[in-house]
Amino acid sequence: MVDVKRIQEGNYELLTVVGDVDASSSIELDTAIEEAIESGGKKFLIDCSSLDYISSAGLGVFMSYIEEFRKRDITMIIYGLNEKVANVFEILGLDQLLTIKQTKEEAKAALG
Amino acid sequence: MSSKAIIRFSALVAAGSWIGMLLTALSILFSKNSGLDQSIGDEVPPILMSLFIFALFTFYKFRIERAESINFVDLLWKVFVTGLIATIVSLFFQLIMNMLGNTKLAENVVFLNFIYLSNFGLVAAFLISTFIVWKRLILYQKSRFLLTAWKVFEYALLLGLVMNALPVTVVENFEDVYSVILVLMGLVLSVNMKWVAYLNFKQKWKSILLIALAMFYLGYFSFTLVGASSDIADKTEYFLDIRENIFIIALISFIFIYALFSLLVLLFNLPTSSVFEQKLEEVVSFQKLSQSIQTEQNEERVYEILIESSVNTVFADAAWIELDNEKDGHKYYTHKIDVEGIIRIKNHLKANKIKGILDQGSDKTKNLNKYLATLKGSPYRSMIAFPIKVKGEQEAIIVLLKDVSEGFNRENSKIIGTFSNQAGISIENFRLLTEALQNERYKEELKIAKNVQSSLLPDEVVQDDDYTAAAFSEAADEVGGDYYDTYRINDHKVAMIISDVSGKGTSAAFHMSQMKGVFYSLTQHDISPKEFLDSANNALSRCLDKASFITTSYFVFDSSKKQVEFSRAGHCPTLYYSKAEGKATYFQNKGLGLGILRNEGFKNYIQIDTFFYSPGDILVLYTDGITEASNVKGEEYGYERLKETIEKHSAAPVEEIKKEIISELYAFTGTEAIDDDYTVLIVKFN
Repeated sequence: MVDVKRIQEGNYELLTVVGDVDASSSIELDTAIEEAIESGGKKFLIDCSSLDYISSAGLGVFMSYIEEFRKRDITMIIYGLNEKVANVFEILGLDQLLTIKQTKEEAKAALG
Repeated sequence: MSSKAIIRFSALVAAGSWIGMLLTALSILFSKNSGLDQSIGDEVPPILMSLFIFALFTFYKFRIERAESINFVDLLWKVFVTGLIATIVSLFFQLIMNMLGNTKLAENVVFLNFIYLSNFGLVAAFLISTFIVWKRLILYQKSRFLLTAWKVFEYALLLGLVMNALPVTVVENFEDVYSVILVLMGLVLSVNMKWVAYLNFKQKWKSILLIALAMFYLGYFSFTLVGASSDIADKTEYFLDIRENIFIIALISFIFIYALFSLLVLLFNLPTSSVFEQKLEEVVSFQKLSQSIQTEQNEERVYEILIESSVNTVFADAAWIELDNEKDGHKYYTHKIDVEGIIRIKNHLKANKIKGILDQGSDKTKNLNKYLATLKGSPYRSMIAFPIKVKGEQEAIIVLLKDVSEGFNRENSKIIGTFSNQAGISIENFRLLTEALQNERYKEELKIAKNVQSSLLPDEVVQDDDYTAAAFSEAADEVGGDYYDTYRINDHKVAMIISDVSGKGTSAAFHMSQMKGVFYSLTQHDISPKEFLDSANNALSRCLDKASFITTSYFVFDSSKKQVEFSRAGHCPTLYYSKAEGKATYFQNKGLGLGILRNEGFKNYIQIDTFFYSPGDILVLYTDGITEASNVKGEEYGYERLKETIEKHSAAPVEEIKKEIISELYAFTGTEAIDDDYTVLIVKFN
């Protein structure tokens, strides 16, 4: 089960992902990101400090937006990954394509 | 003895004892009249008479009581036919008597006695057969008490029979008292009339007729016999007077009482029999509704049966069912009313601001009797409506109309309420059944997908002089996407691949088959691992759906150089055990999953690595199902445990290493059930 909260903070929108993202709950994550993009925002922070587990289907959701972000000139920064989840991102190589930061402060600084 | 034999034997005994009784009685009479010596005792004819009655009783008991048919009218018909035959024969005797007129023979007491005893035989047959029929009617709905009461009655009658056979009277007036007791017992038993309720209107009329005729016979016989016996009694006292026979008197009274009761009850039940039939109709309709969920039928049929049953049971003049749900849209089923008429009624109700049942979603079940009185140009004056609910949601509404005001009573409302509930249940069941079938189909499809997936894995891995390899793959319940394969490029080169497709289910199996196609088409061109992954990414980028990717590691073994070239595309880091160093390490090389970056930029993320192997070194390829396998505490098997297991068993042959890994893995998780596919491919260099 996963819960995604969207809050507008200053010049960016914060998406907080809480819980596990597996094959079935990845749909919820996908819907949340899609809605966020459709709302017209250009800057996003994704708080994954409460993301306990992510399956390949969940990684597929992040991956599927990389091209779209580039085209629409959207900046999305992920932060707060726990060690296990961060390792999953790294092995797949997603850390090379996504901007991943340790803390919210670093993420905000990177957002500019 | 079989019942057939008993019937035959008792018939024989009855006939024999009757003839015996006739002969002995007549001979005694003749001797007395002529003053001759009597060779037979006075006690013989009464004994034979009782024997005759007893044999007759047994005969009919087995013939009627054991008969399979429980049809009441048939039973009454038997009584009627027996009575008819007896009457005809009796009338024949009467005819002979009339023809003889005032001749000497007609005055002869012996001849009179002969006619009298013959008539007696016929009457006894009629009485006893009727008695047995009455018994069946009374005992139609048995209770313990009733059975006991009946048994007591039968034994009391038998006692009467025995007393008749005895030549002496024990107590003064005892026989009269006993007769009264028997009659009273018969009276008490005669209140059991439950069988009447099970007859329909026509059967009741038939029964009334048959019973009336039986009563007529009874009256006629009693009159004839009593008349004859009083005639004979004027002339002699030595004859079998039935007026003194307790058994016969008790039997006649009982039969008469029960016939009278039955006649009255039947008559009084005639007006209500239509109600009973209607109830039966309701039950049948109800059953029909329940059964309408058979597979060949559909929801439409349920509504049709509902409207038909409802109209028939409450005698409605018109009816409609309005369907309004997401699946079927808006639809009417009508009976003797058109949609125009329905809309007129609905508009009328709306115009008069009558809120309630006709609004979808309202659950008020209302009798709308009074509201239609003001609607002009419509013949209907009363109306009831009920919602048809499926899983608590209103699916449809049934409306019944009558052209009289206050046309529906409480009973009607109740039964229609029950019908619509049952229809709702039928539809729900029907849907559940359809759903279950659908699920079964999905399961079947998943099974096929699983079969396809496992058939994509090679039966055996390519071996080489330089190494031996062993593979293990166990699929999770859900279809996963682990893939491994080997290919001999030339005499010194072998390609090896391990892949994990993202996601699960049928799509994962599909992507896996695409990966296999890509492997076999590219690997034969003897290209470097980096080139392989670039081309594979290029090909798969056009095949995979938006959110899918495949992680892969690709190896080329070259025995001429004792080296392995490999590249990693997002797959779990490969474990390598070096015998020289005595420890295992994970290769730390860069990579990116296939299909993640679907353009030329992909090649920038792929690097090529090379290592040289020595005998005793071990290469371990695996998928994340292994490292992410968790135990009850939620701990993962992890990289460290895998590494330690390899180091511990590094000296063993490759098959044994494989077995050790698997058994340690299962021991760690503590369960046979697996969440994700386990795949491991071990290569040990010689």
